[in-house]
Amino acid sequence: MDQDPQFQKSRRGFLGGLGATAAGLTLAQAGSARAQATPDPAITEIQDWNRYLGDGVAANPYGKPSKFEKHVVRRDVEWLTASRESSVNFTPLHALDGIITPNGLCFERHHGGSPEIDPAKHRLMINGLVDKPLVFTMEDLKRFPGRVNKVFFLECAANGGMEWKGAQLNGCQFTHGMVHNVMYTGIPLKVLLDEAGVKTNGKWIMPEGADSSAMTRSIPIEKAMQDCLVVWGMNGEALRQEQGYPLRIVVPGWEGNMWVKWLRRIEVGDQPWHHREETSKYTDLLADGRSRRFTWIMDAKSVVTSPSPQAPLKFKGPNVLSGLAWSGRGSIRRVDISIDGGKNWQTARLDGPVLPLSLTRFYVDFDWDGREMLIQSRAMDDTGYVQPTKDELRKVRGLNSIYHNNGIQTWLVRSNGETENVEIS
Amino acid sequence: MSKSRKVAGLALVAALLAAPALAGKTGLGREALPEEVAAWDIDVRPDGAGLPPGKGSVRDGEQLYLQQCASCHGEFGEGAGRWPVLVGGQGSLKSEGPEKTIGSFWPYASTTFDYIKRAMPYGNARSLSDDDVYAITAFLLNQNGLVKDDFILTKENFSKVKLPNEQAFYDDDREKAERHFWQKDPCMKNCKPDAKVIGRARMIDVTPEDGKSIKVE
Repeated sequence: MDQDPQFQKSRRGFLGGLGATAAGLTLAQAGSARAQATPDPAITEIQDWNRYLGDGVAANPYGKPSKFEKHVVRRDVEWLTASRESSVNFTPLHALDGIITPNGLCFERHHGGSPEIDPAKHRLMINGLVDKPLVFTMEDLKRFPGRVNKVFFLECAANGGMEWKGAQLNGCQFTHGMVHNVMYTGIPLKVLLDEAGVKTNGKWIMPEGADSSAMTRSIPIEKAMQDCLVVWGMNGEALRQEQGYPLRIVVPGWEGNMWVKWLRRIEVGDQPWHHREETSKYTDLLADGRSRRFTWIMDAKSVVTSPSPQAPLKFKGPNVLSGLAWSGRGSIRRVDISIDGGKNWQTARLDGPVLPLSLTRFYVDFDWDGREMLIQSRAMDDTGYVQPTKDELRKVRGLNSIYHNNGIQTWLVRSNGETENVEIS
Repeated sequence: MSKSRKVAGLALVAALLAAPALAGKTGLGREALPEEVAAWDIDVRPDGAGLPPGKGSVRDGEQLYLQQCASCHGEFGEGAGRWPVLVGGQGSLKSEGPEKTIGSFWPYASTTFDYIKRAMPYGNARSLSDDDVYAITAFLLNQNGLVKDDFILTKENFSKVKLPNEQAFYDDDREKAERHFWQKDPCMKNCKPDAKVIGRARMIDVTPEDGKSIKVE
């Protein structure tokens, strides 16, 4: 137990290392490992689960999380959208760890509800500027050579879109939860395009969904041939219905709206289509009234998931700060952490696989003495892009661009551990 | 098994395994029939490519709009609740509350036709005839002050209709305009004056909580 009001210089001596004023800070009861005067009944009493038989193997043919984890769910913000069929919910980032998002917790964004599609009746058509228009069944697709398994993040371009004008939603689930990270199983799109034979004037593709919004986006042929995938699997099992069952397109590093779900058709053309989701939506209105279009790449970004408003600090003494970083341009090279609102920084430890175009997990192990903190994280990718502050971003883009808000997030941690989404000078 | 037969057997296995990868085309799938392509290939581009034969008047469009669209988008395209506003908003794009409508923001009229045809009315997609879609598009262009009351939109005159905000769009230039976000050595010590809290999410209080439903309308 830490009895010293000064910061410890230990291997976890992160706070001391940042050199803020230590004097005057009070120290209350520290840590969770407090001395116990009476024996702990969790140990001395025989528990039911220790005496009686548990569930048999037939109780859960498809396993679910423990009932004690029932608060770890996707949640939506009812007032954001007019209808829940054209809406979004959010990944509970504050309650997850590692880099892979469990299938049932990957955020959902639909434009006409999530359709239930019979895979036996699902077809993929390739048409347009090809030598031979083709139709595939799901069984055809699963017989193609060259199957791959790859991990990619998917981030909605509107992730953080509510925060352009200031701190609004109090939880990293809501400010940053339109992102997930999944290992996909499928085949390179190039394999299918080569099978159909793209004509020399085929410069764009347009994936289309089978749902009631018949989602479409224009993607340049170079990207389609470079690393796009057509996938039927996520994290080892079939795609979940809400993630596009039975088939979706994967567009690594680019905005989630382009990853058309319930994929039924790919047209090859010589020009972009300028459909609703690349004109009226997913274009970035700047302060001068003009708009950027085709802003496909997701800029480098990071967020501290713990502590955060839904995951406040409960104890003084040893604590683990954790978070996620990602970049649509490549791999995360470094993540820096500040506890004084960006005045001083220290480099975090990356753990787990550091993969290109994937979420990357970072940690700082530290001793907390109960001081108020303004926690920030700053990601840097292998192109040298450094995540900007919100003000730096607003200087270029104004307040109305909705999409691509990758500014540095600030959490205020109060001395009682309560944590809040704030904007700072 | 003799040594030579064993070798031959291995060679056969190797050939079997390698064959699909060596062939240029797999032969999987089948050719799409023209009727099948026609059933799904309904997309329309700004140059008019993909437009079906047909026409529709502003007058017919008004009736259809009131029956099929107004309950969400409002009688005058003003949008009910949080449903999309379709009309007005000209001159608002630099303001604090930009209104991004067909007339104020959308670059191409073809987007309106394409989207109505593929996805509208919401919850009953693909139920309108091509003439209906021409008529509703004509009405929305008229409400945005872009065509006259007696206008009839056709496949032939479609690509002559220009939307006023087309020239305000430009391709992603972040790697030039935001070049300063690429830094060799971001500052680590004493990078700024002491930070002060200037805004708090809790003051706005719009975050959903368990068992608490928040309406901000």
